[in-house]
Amino acid sequence: MKICCLVKEVPDAAVQKRIDPNTMRLDRSGEKNLNPFDTHALEAAMQIRESGVVQVDEIVAVTMGPESAVRALHKAVALGADRSVHLTDPALEGSDVNATGYALAKVLESEQPDLVLLGQQSDDGECYTIGAVVADHLQVPSLTQVIKIDVAEGKLTCERQAEYGYDTVEVELPAVISVGDAINEPRYPSLKAIMGAKKKPLDTKSAADVGIDTSEVGIEGSKTRVLAINPPPAKEPGEVFEDEDTDETVNKIVAWLEERKLV
Amino acid sequence: MDFALTDEQRLLRETVREFARTEVAPVAAELDRTKSFPYDLVAKLGELGLMGIPYPEEYGGGGADTLSYVLAVEELARVDSSLAITVAAHTSLGTQPIYLWGTDEQKEEWLPDLCSGRRLAAFGLTEPEAGSDAGATRTTARLEDGEWVINGAKQFITNAGTRISGCVTITAVTGGSGPDREISNIIVPNGTPGYEPGEPYRKMGWHASDTRPLTFTDCRVPESNLLGRRGEGFKQFLHVLDGGRIGVSAMAVGLAQGALDEALAYAKERQAFGGPISRFQAIQMKIADISAQLEAARLLTYRAALEKDSGKPFTLTAAQAKLITGRLAVRACEEAVQIHGGYGYIEEYPVCRFYRDAKILTIGEGTDEVQQMVIARCLGM
Repeated sequence: MKICCLVKEVPDAAVQKRIDPNTMRLDRSGEKNLNPFDTHALEAAMQIRESGVVQVDEIVAVTMGPESAVRALHKAVALGADRSVHLTDPALEGSDVNATGYALAKVLESEQPDLVLLGQQSDDGECYTIGAVVADHLQVPSLTQVIKIDVAEGKLTCERQAEYGYDTVEVELPAVISVGDAINEPRYPSLKAIMGAKKKPLDTKSAADVGIDTSEVGIEGSKTRVLAINPPPAKEPGEVFEDEDTDETVNKIVAWLEERKLV
Repeated sequence: MDFALTDEQRLLRETVREFARTEVAPVAAELDRTKSFPYDLVAKLGELGLMGIPYPEEYGGGGADTLSYVLAVEELARVDSSLAITVAAHTSLGTQPIYLWGTDEQKEEWLPDLCSGRRLAAFGLTEPEAGSDAGATRTTARLEDGEWVINGAKQFITNAGTRISGCVTITAVTGGSGPDREISNIIVPNGTPGYEPGEPYRKMGWHASDTRPLTFTDCRVPESNLLGRRGEGFKQFLHVLDGGRIGVSAMAVGLAQGALDEALAYAKERQAFGGPISRFQAIQMKIADISAQLEAARLLTYRAALEKDSGKPFTLTAAQAKLITGRLAVRACEEAVQIHGGYGYIEEYPVCRFYRDAKILTIGEGTDEVQQMVIARCLGM
């Protein structure tokens, strides 16, 4: 079995996120890191390999992003991937979710994995949709919010976290699975793995290398446009009951709750 | 001049930061309260290859540089000084002399176990009457029938009395007298008859680290346990201390950063006079000062590490870094407690523990006054 993990470089969790008003895009100039949700996908791949149920021949980390995204790939291979692929091209800059999904699907076509794993969301864009978009372009099944994977030859049995409980779904391979963060506790990379990360193969691919039609990507090729960015409306200030007479305060609070049918 | 960390250094720092936040921070207060040695954390650090960061892979080390080691110690000290000193004393003081001067046999015997964290190493230099004046050591080792017979006492020794302590390298007088005394380093394995680690000290801070007096009573080890050449002990321990100072500086930088983290978070959250106290200039100035001094101290520490890695003399920079960072850590923790007000004086908040942990940083691994002597000497005085 060959597993590809889609990973992304995102602003570090400690960085205050802001939208650049000129580009309407996230300011990515600060410290960056591997999307923490993707570490769960890498861990899931490692656990499939270590379970020994099927033979995993290769785990490949795949990213699309600027030059700095190489660091996210170094971390991905330090966490266990055998090699990595970096799709980078100025033509891809500004791609929306659909265009990004198309571009990643083209890389995956050249890799022909049996299973594609990714985190359920990115810590920056938080669209939750890239897995489904990639699957659509590849015309393979897709599952989201997966928190348990049982692997068998040629298929998976997955548990999905659904709104009111769990769905157990069997899916034929190849498939694209986006995993929830409840699926596992990602390991820490060992110092040895960190020091060895740059020794693992890294292929840099341009749009042309994987047959991407550049009219379908970038700002021009994207089907969505950001027209305006607005902060969420300010919350109405809450109602404060000064506690002068506790019995009376309790009555007031109960009345307030009853009025809104909350009790 | 390049201030950028390598990808490996960044990833290591990030990994240790995450480890410290997730694995260490939740248990640090309890380990401190119960004075429990962090066996589980040391085992986990060992699995990650963090108990032998700057030693070659052939001995089970991480094959990384001194700056990587500094970054790791800094991130640990940011949340728990006890764990940080356990790692720092093991790496800089315990393992280093064996790596630097050990024979192939000694390295093969000890380094794989030490670098993996399966065993801990200690360095026994300080004595009841030989602290800053470490050359005044009274412990003796007399060669008799192919064995060193050791008699004497050491004190304030870190990592010598845990369940996983493997050995202590001690300085002992091996010949001569008066100013011509010959000092040598000798490896004494734990469990050697006549070598007794005493009861742990009741310390002001670093409660979860292992610190004890050691006694040697007709303790016999093979002649081959001599480390390096006979009579070179004085030179050797000065060199070990130089390197150790970089590790302790990293601890001070980490602790000051931890104090700053806590003070900043608390100042933004604590409400007084109708808003967060971070609005007040009095608070802002304290935090701004610590932040500025911390960045300067951090750069000095990193420079000492880079000098060591590039093979340049680093005695001066290491002493300067130790002097500056230790004082800063004490000051930063004091201000962090001050910003916390009454809450800073109770153990509910980490700054209380930080304050107790800070003071040793102006004393251990050479007092401030010794650093000043070293610096003055380097300046030709």
